[in-house]
Amino acid sequence: MSNTPATADSRSPGTEDTAVAVLQPDTAAKAFVGRSPGQLAWIRLKRDRTAFASFITVLFFILISLLAPLISKLYGITATEGFSEKLNYQGLPTGYLGGISGEHWLGLEAGIGRDLFMQLIFGMRTSLVIAFLSAIISIVLGVVLGIVSGYFGGWVDQALTWFTDFMLAFPFLVFALAIIPIINTAAYDVGEEVPGTFRVSVIIGVFALFGWMTTARLVRGQILSLREREYVEAARAAGASSTHILFKQLLPNIWAPILVSFSLALPGFIAAEAALSFLNIGVVEPTPDLGRLVYYGRQWLGTPDWAYFLIPASAVFIAVLAFNLLGDSLRDALDPKSSK
Amino acid sequence: MLRFLIKRLLLAATTLVAISIVTFLLFFAVPSSPAWTQCGRNCSPERIAQVEQSLGLDQPITKQYTDFVKGVFVGRTIDDAGTIRECTAPCLGYSFRSKEPVTDTIERSLPVTISIVAGAMVVFLTVGIGLGMLAALKKGTVFDRVAIGASVGFASTQTYTLGGVLLLLLVYSTGILPNPHYTPLTENPLDWAGGMLLPWITLGLINSALYARLSRAQMIETLQEDFVRTARAKGLSPRVVNRRHALRAAITPIITIAGVDLGAYLGGVVITESVFSLNGIGREAAQAVSDLNLPLVMATVLLAAFFIVAMNIIVDMLYAVIDPRVRLG
Repeated sequence: MSNTPATADSRSPGTEDTAVAVLQPDTAAKAFVGRSPGQLAWIRLKRDRTAFASFITVLFFILISLLAPLISKLYGITATEGFSEKLNYQGLPTGYLGGISGEHWLGLEAGIGRDLFMQLIFGMRTSLVIAFLSAIISIVLGVVLGIVSGYFGGWVDQALTWFTDFMLAFPFLVFALAIIPIINTAAYDVGEEVPGTFRVSVIIGVFALFGWMTTARLVRGQILSLREREYVEAARAAGASSTHILFKQLLPNIWAPILVSFSLALPGFIAAEAALSFLNIGVVEPTPDLGRLVYYGRQWLGTPDWAYFLIPASAVFIAVLAFNLLGDSLRDALDPKSSK
Repeated sequence: MLRFLIKRLLLAATTLVAISIVTFLLFFAVPSSPAWTQCGRNCSPERIAQVEQSLGLDQPITKQYTDFVKGVFVGRTIDDAGTIRECTAPCLGYSFRSKEPVTDTIERSLPVTISIVAGAMVVFLTVGIGLGMLAALKKGTVFDRVAIGASVGFASTQTYTLGGVLLLLLVYSTGILPNPHYTPLTENPLDWAGGMLLPWITLGLINSALYARLSRAQMIETLQEDFVRTARAKGLSPRVVNRRHALRAAITPIITIAGVDLGAYLGGVVITESVFSLNGIGREAAQAVSDLNLPLVMATVLLAAFFIVAMNIIVDMLYAVIDPRVRLG
């Protein structure tokens, strides 16, 4: 715990200064620094070694996905290029550990013969795009619905609470299994090719549709406790509109839990996206995808080429772990009481 | 109590009806050709016409829905190209692809799912809650830190990653465990357990991690409550305070979560079943999606929703019995 006065921002700096000077004469020489809650959180975050390590890992994954086309150019191999001449008659890559060599850093895909490193970084790109967009949309939905339900109360609240419970009663994965092919067949005719971007949008849409409920509940609870505070009453007495109170008075006070639920939603969506592709209903060929790599690798698990499974599987694991740890650290930094 | 019960049951019934309507519309109103989506991939135009006829797809959608609901409660007959097929209640649909009521497939696959879930729950409830409670009592010690560190790691694994790794280590490389398979419990209990061991361990480990974190946090919170302090002040031994006072209070919300989870799992542990190639209802549904055998998918959605809602009710009831504040509030 930090011993800087956490409530400094709520009082005027002058009185705080003298108070410190009186209480701690020996430190009076040091200039008093007023710190906002955000700054305090940042200081706590910087001291956290796990946060640093996971931040670097997350940054690394984001960078390689952003720079995937550039890396591909420098590496000299594209994601779709096949090297079937380097596979033996069983479809296994020649050489050790799935054909790892100076030319193919992570080996080749068994049976297909594409470069695994390229598939991996482009797959990571797909996963992160889906995860980020789904998280942003579902958090926005959750915040808006939570604020509306918490602030207006009454029948609006009752209806939205029922709707939240209703959505939670849907078996997510099974329902996603059903809804994704139906939307695809509704939008495109029988036998017609469904474009990759459309498939990705459908997945993001489904994730957003089923991802907002926990945020909405969280925000509703926060708003319920904040809306009776004096400053809100003051704003109302001064004639402020509901929109002003909601977005200028209430929202800035709950950004911390929202940020935390955003950062913890990300790894959830990464894992869920890979799960859909593992079931072969998410992203399909030719769009590269992490979950599908794990699925392909699983088919070859009984052969000597287990590296093909282990490499994409560890990539999913490390990405989810890093995002989870970063989210945890962020929560601890923003709310020191939560770290037990 | 009775009023509370009736209120909850009504709410649950409304939720189920709403879910069935949404699901029904999704399958019969959204697709441009519902007959085609019902019939499956590579369906000839004649076959599509037959399906249209036997399901009465030319009728208004409300009539189709009431027919479906009637089937669920009293059963219905389906005229599949001249062959009359009896679909007894609860008739959740008829698969034109496998030419049988979908309940037949569910009957075959549900025991597999139940076997997986039951064993995994035993693992994660004992290991997860046990570790979490111990970690809370030994808060700040090396044991606590190792347990919590491990749980963060395991909570970040997925069934498809951890399951594959365990499959590689315990089955393919060393042969310590047999390849996962399903033998009915009544046939050979030993073989049943042997074939289920790997799914139990995988699902058990991942969920243990989540439950350990939950129960640790819950226990730490409970230990700081006034009644625990009172118990200590009375001079009770730490053992009695921890076991009879704190543990009981801390475990209740965890059991609630476990009940809700159970409802969610019974609808199919899709990924676990797929990783280990076990034909539970989740994997059947996933397979049905690739074959576009949608009647089975729709039935699975409804069944899974039923399990979730039913378990929610049971948990609510139990909670109301334990905690009077719930039914009075």
